[in-house]
Amino acid sequence: MKETKKIIGCVKRVNGPVVLGEMKDAVKMLDIAEVGEEHLIGEIVKIENEQFTIQVYEDTTLIKPGDNIYGTGMPLSVELGPGLLGNIYDGIQRPLEEIRKINQVYIKRGVQPPSLSRDKKWSFQPVVKKGDKVREGNIIGIVKETSLIDHKVLVPVGIQGVVEEIRQGDHTIEDVICRVDTGEGIQDIRMYQKWPIRIPRKVEQRVFATEPLITGQRVLDTLFPIAKGGVCCIPGGFGTGKTMVQHQLAKYSNADIIVYIGCGERGNEMTDVLLSFPELIDPNSGKPLMERTILIANTSNMPVAAREASIYTGVTIAEYYRDMGYDVAIMADSTSRWAEALRELSGRMEEMPAEEGFPAYMPTKLAEFYERAGKFRTFAGNEGSISIIGAVSPPGGDFSEPVTQHTKRYIRTFWALDRKLANERHYPAISWLESYSEYLETLAEWWEKNVDPIWFEYRNALMVLLQQEVKLQQVIKLVGPDALPDTQKFVVEICSMFKNAFLQQSAYDKIDSYCTTKRQFRMMKIIYLFYKKGAEFLKGKYTLLQIKSLDVYHEIYKMKYSYSNDDLAQYDKLIAKIEHLSLEDGYGL
Amino acid sequence: MDYNLHDDGREYRGVTQINGPLIFIEKTHPVGFNEYVEIEDANGNIRSGQVLDTSDKTVVVQVFEGTTGLDLNNTRVKFKNNPLMLPVSRNMVGRIFNGLGEPLDGGTQPITKQYMDVNGLPINPVSRTYPRKFIQTGISSIDGMNTLIRGQKLPIFSGNGLPHNKLAAQITRQAKIIGEDVDFTIIFAAMGVKNDVANYFIKNFEQSGVLEKVTMFLSLANDPSIERLITPRCALTFAEYLAYELQMHVLVILIDMSNYCEALREISTLRGEIPGRKAYPGYLYSDLASIYERAGMVKENKGSITQLPILTMPNDDISHPIPDLTGYITEGQIVLERDMFNRGIYAPVAGLPSLSRLMKDGIGEGLTRADHPHLASQLFAGYSRVKDVRALASIIGEEELTPIDKRYLEFGESFEKKYITQSENEDRSIEETLDLGWQVLSILPRDELHRVSEEELKKYYAG
Ligand SMILES: Nc1ncnc2c1ncn2[C@@H]1O[C@H](COP(=O)(O)OP(=O)(O)O)[C@@H](O)[C@H]1O
Ligand SMILES: [Mg+2]
Repeated sequence: MKETKKIIGCVKRVNGPVVLGEMKDAVKMLDIAEVGEEHLIGEIVKIENEQFTIQVYEDTTLIKPGDNIYGTGMPLSVELGPGLLGNIYDGIQRPLEEIRKINQVYIKRGVQPPSLSRDKKWSFQPVVKKGDKVREGNIIGIVKETSLIDHKVLVPVGIQGVVEEIRQGDHTIEDVICRVDTGEGIQDIRMYQKWPIRIPRKVEQRVFATEPLITGQRVLDTLFPIAKGGVCCIPGGFGTGKTMVQHQLAKYSNADIIVYIGCGERGNEMTDVLLSFPELIDPNSGKPLMERTILIANTSNMPVAAREASIYTGVTIAEYYRDMGYDVAIMADSTSRWAEALRELSGRMEEMPAEEGFPAYMPTKLAEFYERAGKFRTFAGNEGSISIIGAVSPPGGDFSEPVTQHTKRYIRTFWALDRKLANERHYPAISWLESYSEYLETLAEWWEKNVDPIWFEYRNALMVLLQQEVKLQQVIKLVGPDALPDTQKFVVEICSMFKNAFLQQSAYDKIDSYCTTKRQFRMMKIIYLFYKKGAEFLKGKYTLLQIKSLDVYHEIYKMKYSYSNDDLAQYDKLIAKIEHLSLEDGYGL
Repeated sequence: MDYNLHDDGREYRGVTQINGPLIFIEKTHPVGFNEYVEIEDANGNIRSGQVLDTSDKTVVVQVFEGTTGLDLNNTRVKFKNNPLMLPVSRNMVGRIFNGLGEPLDGGTQPITKQYMDVNGLPINPVSRTYPRKFIQTGISSIDGMNTLIRGQKLPIFSGNGLPHNKLAAQITRQAKIIGEDVDFTIIFAAMGVKNDVANYFIKNFEQSGVLEKVTMFLSLANDPSIERLITPRCALTFAEYLAYELQMHVLVILIDMSNYCEALREISTLRGEIPGRKAYPGYLYSDLASIYERAGMVKENKGSITQLPILTMPNDDISHPIPDLTGYITEGQIVLERDMFNRGIYAPVAGLPSLSRLMKDGIGEGLTRADHPHLASQLFAGYSRVKDVRALASIIGEEELTPIDKRYLEFGESFEKKYITQSENEDRSIEETLDLGWQVLSILPRDELHRVSEEELKKYYAG
């Protein structure tokens, strides 16, 4: 195969992953070129006079001037078809399991196993028949890709006509399963197609996002919810909990498909996902999590150019499942590493730097990436969505740097991680003062309809208390806590309770790692009711100390570890207990 | 990668330009990127170098030993047609090499057929296994609060004059895996540190009788700074050989990564690259990752590489690019605190900014003790409250504090004096550490302990 590729030029200069070539034949922008006799994969990113620049996705050691450059005539594309789920790929969709079979421990260069297995047979169940009219994006049949997900085989973009033949049964992805008469000839359709990663896939129409992406993390769902089809970023210094939040979302969020992109981060974090997900059960479906997950791993020690490509590879795969009508969620950890890859490549190409050395087009590229999220009507006739949750790693944890600032322009939910909270081991260390969600009001309707009509009221009341607390803490810092009246001390007390018993949620706790919406609501209600009751008692001349010695006070603090998602009755009991506390009987005060 | 090690590279006499540690040569045969180069000065002394940039016009070579004494006309340059390779063999264990892997101990060049590319290759994430084995260091602030795991990369963030050497030496002396008698073999890589620092470690290894298990790669303060760029790579290449080919458990100490980063900055500036924060190159993150990510464990292999990089934070500033980027790559950090040190506390491990990310999987029931996770979390929570109360007390005065805040102060004192403080030779078992934790925790009222369970309180709380 390789030998037949055409020589399009030869190497003039090598500077790390950036190779300058001298043209011998026509070259096309963004086409794949292969460098040297090992055929290292690269992408043509600049053409100027008789020269062109390639960013190479593999280590360029010992590549030298004069080495051949081969053309493929193809832009950098991914293979889309059954077999993606449960798989792990590098930034340019090379299957890492297959590479391990060839290279063992390390990733050596020049290996190009196919992204999707050519041997595996899938059972194809048609949903159209001979004579049916089909057009691009229509579903022609279904393959059970995992026990959880039906893979809908779509008519590739550009094909429209009448089904001439459709072949039920077991096929490999290369077998022709359908033939379409387009009026200008017959087109063969296979179970897989290719799509260039830098071009968004065609879709019918954007629609409004109205449903929350439930994450099972209280601070996110209750305070700063994100919509299915929404865009969100999590900035935070090292160790503040970006990856943990992303892992929790990959595990528990109620998307149909998860695309997890490890972009320039640790190898062990991908290993962690790989080892734990097959054993973890999705709380929504009861099936192993790996059956809905696709991993893209271009870790920090893997070639930097492929890191740049990894987020496009991820989002293109996500679009493919969206086109089938699924809700897909992308976790990109971390988009800062992507931006840095961009910066490094730009620097090596000697482009003019803008802010902090990032190229001037960095914000545009960020915007293009986040724009690929959203909720859409598909050509398959249903609705699908892509939610993007991007981690941002600001240098020194300082949010005023360019990547955080530009990202903020394009996202609508902001989960700010706070160093102080993380240091206190208050996890998730999401700041309730700095974070926000622009979807809040839309999603409140969903909560009110599906969980409880008073959801929004409670949520806002508690947010107001958290704001009040800031002021009260300032007073305490000036004059000491004794200067505050009991009613105000009680506000501080309730906030401390809300933080400990509600906002804090350990990812490692078996009972608490995931929290259903119903349980979230009850926990919030409990704290709110306790606040109301306590305030009433304080007016009735009870002291703060007396209120703190109530049994329910301690029960609230421990409820998250004590009563699981299935024990809603216990929460209801606790609610009743608080409601029945009365001034007369004093309840042991 | 298999490179042809035959000496068919070509040799040139005379270079076009010398600039700091870089030499420029024109009109060569096609030279490979990253190719290894031998440079011979007028007196016949040989230095080594590596190609940083190659084109049909000019080749840029960085000379690891520096360019002092080189001239334009009499310098001979020989391109070797392979990247920088390190000879590896079992017999190298216990020996001393310079920063480029050449013998410093008067012994001969290791005799072996096996050479490995010092730049290493990325480990396939699929090939890794997740490190879970708890290493007992005998130091409470580490074992109890920031547990070290075999295969982890856990740096020490220190400052000038802080006792990081003492701590690192104590860890190497005391590190063990409970219920196993497989020992660590130690690789010690020094980048730009003073002679006495190296000697301090050598003496320490000697005293604890491990010297014959320690392999050293020394690029000291008086050695050329560029050599430091290769030193950690030589050390880790040898570590990979021992771990993945000979199935050994290797502990790699890298001291001082700050000097390594300085050398990288020096080269970058000379090449006129766009400077990033504090003039470090924009690729510092990726470059550091290519070192730190060489820790870990791989499937179907018994060996492991645990990394203990040490770095000094300029001005004790943890947001400086060197600690900052390191923290983004490593699996936690042990931060030393000047304030504690000044108050005479050893080991001055800062309570809040220190973190071990792999701790969660290495502690708890069947690993250390069932109460360990909650206890650690409670100690962190308590200590963080102590910090707030201290800050408050410094404004409003201790007398104005509420009774409960006063209890926190008391807890803080006791935590620092009894739990954190220990002597350089004190080797505490994990049980001792945990019991001590409960002992100091018991100063706080039971009602304050929200992060531990009722059962744990019943069993261990003694307030
Ligand atoms: N929700 C959580 N529950 C428990 N521990 C957490 C949580 N979030 C973060 N942590 C702790 O913080 C450490 C760092 O989190 P991580 O997500 O790796 O940070 P980052 O990606 O921001 O560097 C973790 O190893 C874990 O110990
Ligand atoms: Mg992370």
